[in-house]
Amino acid sequence: MLSFFLRRLLLLIPTFIGVSIVSFAFIRLLPGDPIMLMAGERGMSAERYLELQHQFGYDRPLVVQYLDYLWGVLQGDLGQSIVTKRPVLQEFFTLFPATLELSLCAITIAVAIGVPAGVLAAVKRGSFLDQAIMGTALVGYSMPIFWWGLLLIILFSGVLGWTPVSGRISLMFFFPPVTGFMLIDSLLSGQAGAFRSALSHLVLPSIVLATIPLAVIARQTRSAMLEVLSEDYVRTARAKGLPSRRVVGLHALRNALIPVITTIGLQVGVLLAGAILTETIFSWPGIGKWMVDSVFRRDYPVIQGGLLIIAGIIMLVNLLVDVLYGLVNPRIRHAR
Amino acid sequence: MSLLDIRNLTVEFRTAQGPFRAVDGVDLVVDQGEILSIVGESGSGKSVAMLATMGLLPWTATVTADRMAFDGHDLLTMSRRERRRIVGRDMAMIFQEPMTSLNPCFTVGFQIKETLRYHLGLDRKAAHERAVELMRQVGIPEPERRLSAFPHQMSGGMSQRCMIAMALACKPKLLIADEPTTALDVTIQAQILDLLVGLQRDSGMGLVLITHDMGVVAETAERVVVQYAGQQVEQQDVKALFEDPHHPYTAALLAALPERATSKELPSIPGVVPGQGDRPTGCLFNPRCRFATDHCRKVVPPHASSEMGRALCHYPLRHGVPTGHPAHMEAAS
Ligand SMILES: Nc1ncnc2c1ncn2[C@@H]1O[C@H](COP(=O)(O)OP(=O)(O)OP(=O)(O)O)[C@@H](O)[C@H]1O
Ligand code: SF4
Ligand SMILES: [Mg+2]
Repeated sequence: MLSFFLRRLLLLIPTFIGVSIVSFAFIRLLPGDPIMLMAGERGMSAERYLELQHQFGYDRPLVVQYLDYLWGVLQGDLGQSIVTKRPVLQEFFTLFPATLELSLCAITIAVAIGVPAGVLAAVKRGSFLDQAIMGTALVGYSMPIFWWGLLLIILFSGVLGWTPVSGRISLMFFFPPVTGFMLIDSLLSGQAGAFRSALSHLVLPSIVLATIPLAVIARQTRSAMLEVLSEDYVRTARAKGLPSRRVVGLHALRNALIPVITTIGLQVGVLLAGAILTETIFSWPGIGKWMVDSVFRRDYPVIQGGLLIIAGIIMLVNLLVDVLYGLVNPRIRHAR
Repeated sequence: MSLLDIRNLTVEFRTAQGPFRAVDGVDLVVDQGEILSIVGESGSGKSVAMLATMGLLPWTATVTADRMAFDGHDLLTMSRRERRRIVGRDMAMIFQEPMTSLNPCFTVGFQIKETLRYHLGLDRKAAHERAVELMRQVGIPEPERRLSAFPHQMSGGMSQRCMIAMALACKPKLLIADEPTTALDVTIQAQILDLLVGLQRDSGMGLVLITHDMGVVAETAERVVVQYAGQQVEQQDVKALFEDPHHPYTAALLAALPERATSKELPSIPGVVPGQGDRPTGCLFNPRCRFATDHCRKVVPPHASSEMGRALCHYPLRHGVPTGHPAHMEAAS
């Protein structure tokens, strides 16, 4: 198991280098020039342009720029934003808790509803309930996030007036971030109504972000359960006279969860991609919105640093999922 | 009172091609301490009949019977809850595929102890001790260590021993063994069979042994039920069956046996068991029967008397001669 883990960890190195090259090259293929953008409408003289280009190092050969960049990354320096002049890493850590809170909330919803829904559909296969669950999942899966988010805003914020439209908490409240999680910080602040406000801001974006993972998880759980339910060992469990609850919820589900865990892990990528749209719709100050804004500003260091960090997160989570997969699957855990 | 008493058991599956009768009017009686063997080619409904008894069939199956009693309990009228209290405790079953019958996610120990804790309410320590004892009983070396093994770490023979240990956990009154050795190596087969028969003798439980192997039948069973296409075609004491089979199917099986008691599979006789789409009218065996007449092809045969093994045949055999058969009447006269 340990050597399996180390091997996977070593494999991350070439992957990481690959990602850094791609993110570095990709943004330079985008049309537009950050220095021209900085100049704004007024424009600038040719000398000033060259001077700035030299200052940011954009006049050097690409390979040199890349190696310089990589050298910085290895030392934990992802450069600084052209716009705010703050280190990319620092900006990231300021904004990341917001995205993490949203994503955790979304994946919790997706798992908490998706897994039981999938199990139920599998156990009652062919029934009306099964068809209703799977139909809903299909709709959820094919829903365009942007449209779905706006729809919810119109209904719950506009018509019903239940939830706020944007941000993480009402402007009435202010307290310094402790954990970066608004739900926890609002409780810690001790201000009356703060938690409620934070929660009501979180609900809609979480639902929007949870929708696709939920649908995927429900479908995967159902098909995994269907396969497992016809296995001999499930019949053995029944032959022991165990109640259905235990046969389905322990003997079958435990096996079905093995592929489902992989699916859940793969949703991290989906979540981060979804966060870009969701955060934009709900003006959620997280890294998704941060990335979108920096693309519009051609903030090269932020885009390439952000991409690298996001890719790093996805890779680490995938590694974690593999480890978890090994832990829940005895056949892998004991493999040499 | 018989331990297991089943009359006119019928199982019908709902399938995409319409209803399919996998078991059709089977009678089974098993007494305490008795070994009953069920033989028949693949697809003759042996497993389905026993799964119906255990209540393990999928929801597509409809089970009907005139009588279905176990140890004084009426299995037909009892609630699912009551039935679960019997199944796994007083009535246990082991299956053909030991490797896939154990849950790969749990240790063998967990799976054995689960039964003990659930049915007998043993605490952790008592369950552990009993599990070790069971493992020893079924001949597993180093039981303490084996208890924490996962199924994939064990061979087929070991897995089947674990399945037996699990089935025996609550000292059942009836053990149903559905082709327990078919999937195993030849050398292991004999060991497992000896183990089963030995355990049966020691405990005095009833044993239903489903098998393809006529040799096994000859060696172990006391009574034999022969099934064909879901129907019970003959039922006799084992000695009488080998000496004087009354149904042409049984006779064909025995005649095709190259050297009695050595072959692994049921001997092949020409033709196949009719499936869902190709059921003949009249006697289901008529396309393969060398005594078949037009009468057989039109009219469903009745069961003969118990002296004639309740053979499901218009012309049950006596010493190889079909009684009442037109051709043989002429020959006799
Ligand atoms: N769930 C099911 N749905 C539909 N048909 C089934 C189902 N289970 C079994 N059958 C059919 O019932 C018939 C009897 O099957 P069964 O498994 O009892 O045969 P068997 O005598 O045990 O054969 P084998 O020796 O191969 O184990 C077969 O034709 C099989 O296809
Ligand atoms: S009824 Fe006829 S076809 Fe059927 S087994 Fe008897 S002799 Fe053969
Ligand atoms: Mg079978």
